[in-house]
This record gives sequence, structure tokens and C-alpha cells, in this order.
Amino acid sequence: MGKITNEELLATISGKFGDKVTVAGEPYGLLTLETGRDSIIEILDFLKNDTVLQFIFLTDITAIHYPEQKDKEIGVIYHLHSLVNNVRLRLKVFLADGDVHIPTATTVWHGANWMERETYDFFGVIFDGHPDLRRILNVDDMTAFPMRREFPLEDPNRVDKKDYFFGR
Amino acid sequence: MQNHPVYTDNDPQTAPSTLNLGPTHPATHGVFQNVLQLDGERIISGVSTIGYIHRAFEKIAEHRPFYQITPLTDRLNYCSSPINNMGWHMTVEKLLGIETPKRVDYLRVIVMELARISDHIICNGVLGVDTGAFTGFLYMMEHREAIYEIYEEVCGSRLTTNIGRIGGFERNFNAIAFNKLRAFLKNFPPVLREFESLFNRNRIFVDRTKGVAEVTPEEALSYSWSGPLLRATGVDYDVRAMNPYSSYEDFDFEVPVGEKGDVYARFLVRNEEMWQSLRIIEQALVKLEKEPTDIFHADVPEFYLPPKEEVYNNMEALIYHFKIVMGEIDTPNTEVYHSVEGANGELGFYLVNDGGRSPYRLHFRRPSFINYQMYAPMSRGMLLSDAIINMSSLNVIAGELDA
Repeated sequence: MGKITNEELLATISGKFGDKVTVAGEPYGLLTLETGRDSIIEILDFLKNDTVLQFIFLTDITAIHYPEQKDKEIGVIYHLHSLVNNVRLRLKVFLADGDVHIPTATTVWHGANWMERETYDFFGVIFDGHPDLRRILNVDDMTAFPMRREFPLEDPNRVDKKDYFFGR
Repeated sequence: MQNHPVYTDNDPQTAPSTLNLGPTHPATHGVFQNVLQLDGERIISGVSTIGYIHRAFEKIAEHRPFYQITPLTDRLNYCSSPINNMGWHMTVEKLLGIETPKRVDYLRVIVMELARISDHIICNGVLGVDTGAFTGFLYMMEHREAIYEIYEEVCGSRLTTNIGRIGGFERNFNAIAFNKLRAFLKNFPPVLREFESLFNRNRIFVDRTKGVAEVTPEEALSYSWSGPLLRATGVDYDVRAMNPYSSYEDFDFEVPVGEKGDVYARFLVRNEEMWQSLRIIEQALVKLEKEPTDIFHADVPEFYLPPKEEVYNNMEALIYHFKIVMGEIDTPNTEVYHSVEGANGELGFYLVNDGGRSPYRLHFRRPSFINYQMYAPMSRGMLLSDAIINMSSLNVIAGELDA
């Protein structure tokens, strides 16, 4: 187990950032915080460079789409890991569909580059200040963002997989 | 690293040339492309293009019940698919709160360590091939075949294994599997020793690899490197040791680290990891002797798919089979992140569940994808032939790169 408990971690972060961060839960022991896009880079930078916390390892950046959540449709999710203290942290920033801008984390970690490109590719999240925000896995001339919920898994017009062919 | 030369005209004698390395170049060992600007043999700059075998696994996973996602994970790093399978099972078990018996954990450890060995056999063997030494690869390959035969006994398939089920294994390990495993433990170490003596102090190999593509720990951490690549730079981050899963805390093993983070250090780290994996497997076999031999899955009928003969002959099994297949069982409405030490680094599964039969969102943290983004920046100023062996030492698996 980690050298820092989630309570201590939370106390440090809320001591520094006050009500800019809110607790979103602690599923399976992984402290999950929610914040806004204005303070996310400041928080990431603090977490990385703080001499006690030392969240030097950016595990992952990804996103999630909740079409029903008004003005909080797109969530950008950061997973951080403090290798020194062996404690993990999850940060979430929710953005309104139609204004999916968030500052880039490449200023904090180089490794955020492709993670953010992947997130842009699949969810259309625009990371402001990213050095090379292009699609990465999908073809360049694609117009949709395929991991959004409204994007169908398969072409809805194809008929060869209709249920009646299978007696259903 | 050298500064870029300045070109003033388009004279083909002096202007830089463009080289497409890939998508189907034999040296890339997979489908991905690098467009390189070359000054003679030296790389001025490079752009990586990936996504040639993107199969939208994360999207497909949103439409599949949990147990049908296992075959998707096979196809991530297909050189060590059992690790991916086990990682996925353990993620779901963590979500559902399933405790697996010790025997299942140990059997899983055996399979995962075999997978690690088979992956490292490929990577280090191919590194030898790319530096011009085919012999080592050929001799090691025979023992990857032995590992695949063990998989065959356990699950029936070889490359894309779909091994195990949520809660344990689909069947018990048979006697042939254990015999093959013991034969492997007996036959492989002499070959690995020979392989090491062929390479470790081989002048040609050392000259080609030592000091090539050196990476500092700071750079590696900044690029979120993990696995043998990160350990070769001297950072002892291993998920098995740091956040033990599947009872890894019961085992006595070392986390080998390198010093300079160059190709040679990565080679040595991988070799040493194979020795450590052998050590773990031997310990697991000893521990298994104390466990009851008939347990191969957890007692969770709501989630563990029952064997077919029971489905046809036992009412309870039929009911649970129906419920599992039709997705009638409630799952917690929460999110979970679980990671295992894949052959290439931290393989993470971020699963957001809404209580249904399939994930609301599933994201794979794929170590190859994250490790590979440093390739183009680090190739700058490098000789083309060094860039090739650097690529093989990164062990980029196209399936894991693209998901």
C-alpha cells in the first residue's frame, strides 16, 4: 500500500486548491477528483512537482461521453501515479458538448502527446496548445468522432446482418 | 544528438532524401510507418504514422458482454496474449469483487510468466536478427513453440489464446500440461544460457547496441515509459512488485534494472527477466503442491460460465448459463482501473460500468502505444541502422499499438 493515504492526499490538494477540486468518489481505493479546465494544468503541474506527492508518472489520458449529462457531456480523465509513494489518483474534467476545449498537458509531460491525440481522435476533445493535434488511429479525412455514443458500431444501412436472416 | 544541417538548394547530391520506413517494411515487424528525412544515413527528422490495423476494440467492447471481450484482448499484444486475457479477467473480478482461490492465482502466474518469456524470446531474438545474428533467434524459437504447446494443453489454442474465464480457468490443467511445463523448465535454461553467451559479450553485438538510443530516466518517465524499457534506464517500476495482483506478493523475485537505457541495457533486462520468470514458475509449481488439485475457478456461479456438460445435465448450471449469456445479472455501477505488468510495460484497463451486461466505456492503456511515441523524437540524429535496432528493442507490437 501507498505511503500516503487518500485522506492526506486529499487534504494536501484541497489545502492548495480549495473548492476548485471536488471529490467524485473513491471507487476501489482510487481517489477520484473532479475539477474544471481552468485549473487542471495548474493541478497537474503541482501534483508532478510537489516534493512530497511526486506524481511523476502520467499513466493515462482518455475521455468518456455522457450524452444525457447536460453541459457535462464529455469527460476527460487523467490517471496519475506517484511512483515514490505508490499511490494513484484519477482526475476528471467535464466539458460541455460544443465547447470541448481543454489546455494541453504536454507542457507537463511529453508523454501526453499521443494520449491527447488519441482522445481528440475518438472524442473530438480539442487540447489547446497541443503541438501536433491530428488524428492518430483513424484516417485523416474522417469527420466523425467514433467513440461518442451516437456513432453506430456498424453502418446502420447494411442489410446482411439483419435479424430476420437468422430467424430472430 | 547532432544539430540539423542547413540546406540551401534542392541539389539531390546535398538535399535531404525522404525514406518511407514501412508500413510493410520487414524491419518494423508490424504494420506501421515512419517517414524519415535522411541526410545520407543520418536521420534528420521522422514522423510516425500508426493506425494501420486499428480495429476499434474499445467501441466493440461497449457492445459485448464481459466474457466476450477476452478474445478482443488477445489481439492487443499477440506475442503474450495470456497476460492480456488475465489482466482483463482480473479487472472484471475487481469490479465484481470476486476473490479467486490461491491455486487459480498460481496457475495464472505460471501462464503469465510463460507469456512473458515467449514475448521476450521474440524481442531479444529479433534484436539479434536485426543486428545480423540469426542463430540465437532460431534456437530460442524452438522453446516458444514449447510454450505454445503448453497453452494448447491449457486452453486449446496457441497465439490468440482466449485463456481462462472470469473467475478462473475454463478447465483444469491436465497432467500433460504439467509434464510439458516441467520439460520446458528443464530444457529452456541451458538454451537461454547459450543465447546469453552468444550475445552478451559478443563484440559485434555489443558494438552495435551499446550506447545506441540512450534514454535518461527523466526522459523515460516524462514519456510515461514502463516495463523493460523504463527499467533499462534504472527506474525499478514493476507493477508486479508495486501493486501485486494474482498473489505475486507470495513470490520471491527480483526486478532487474539497467543503467543507461540503451539498446544493450534493454536486451540485458529482458534476458534477466526471463530468468526471474523461470524462478517464479518454479516457485509456483512448489506452491501448487500444497493446494487442492481440483480447484481451478472461484465459486461464483453468477459470473463463471459453467462447462457445457453441466449446462445440459444440471438445472442450476443451465439457469446461470442463461443468465450470464442473456446478461440478466446486475453488476456494480462504478468504475475501476486495473493494471498488470505486460511484457512491454503497464497494461491498464479502465472500465466504466453502468450496471449493464457490457461496459459503458472501456479503455486500454497499451504500453506499446505509449512507449512508441518517443521513437520519432529519439531517432533524430541517429544512423538509420541504429534506428532499426532501436525499433526492435522497443518491441512495438502493432496490435497493441493500434488496438
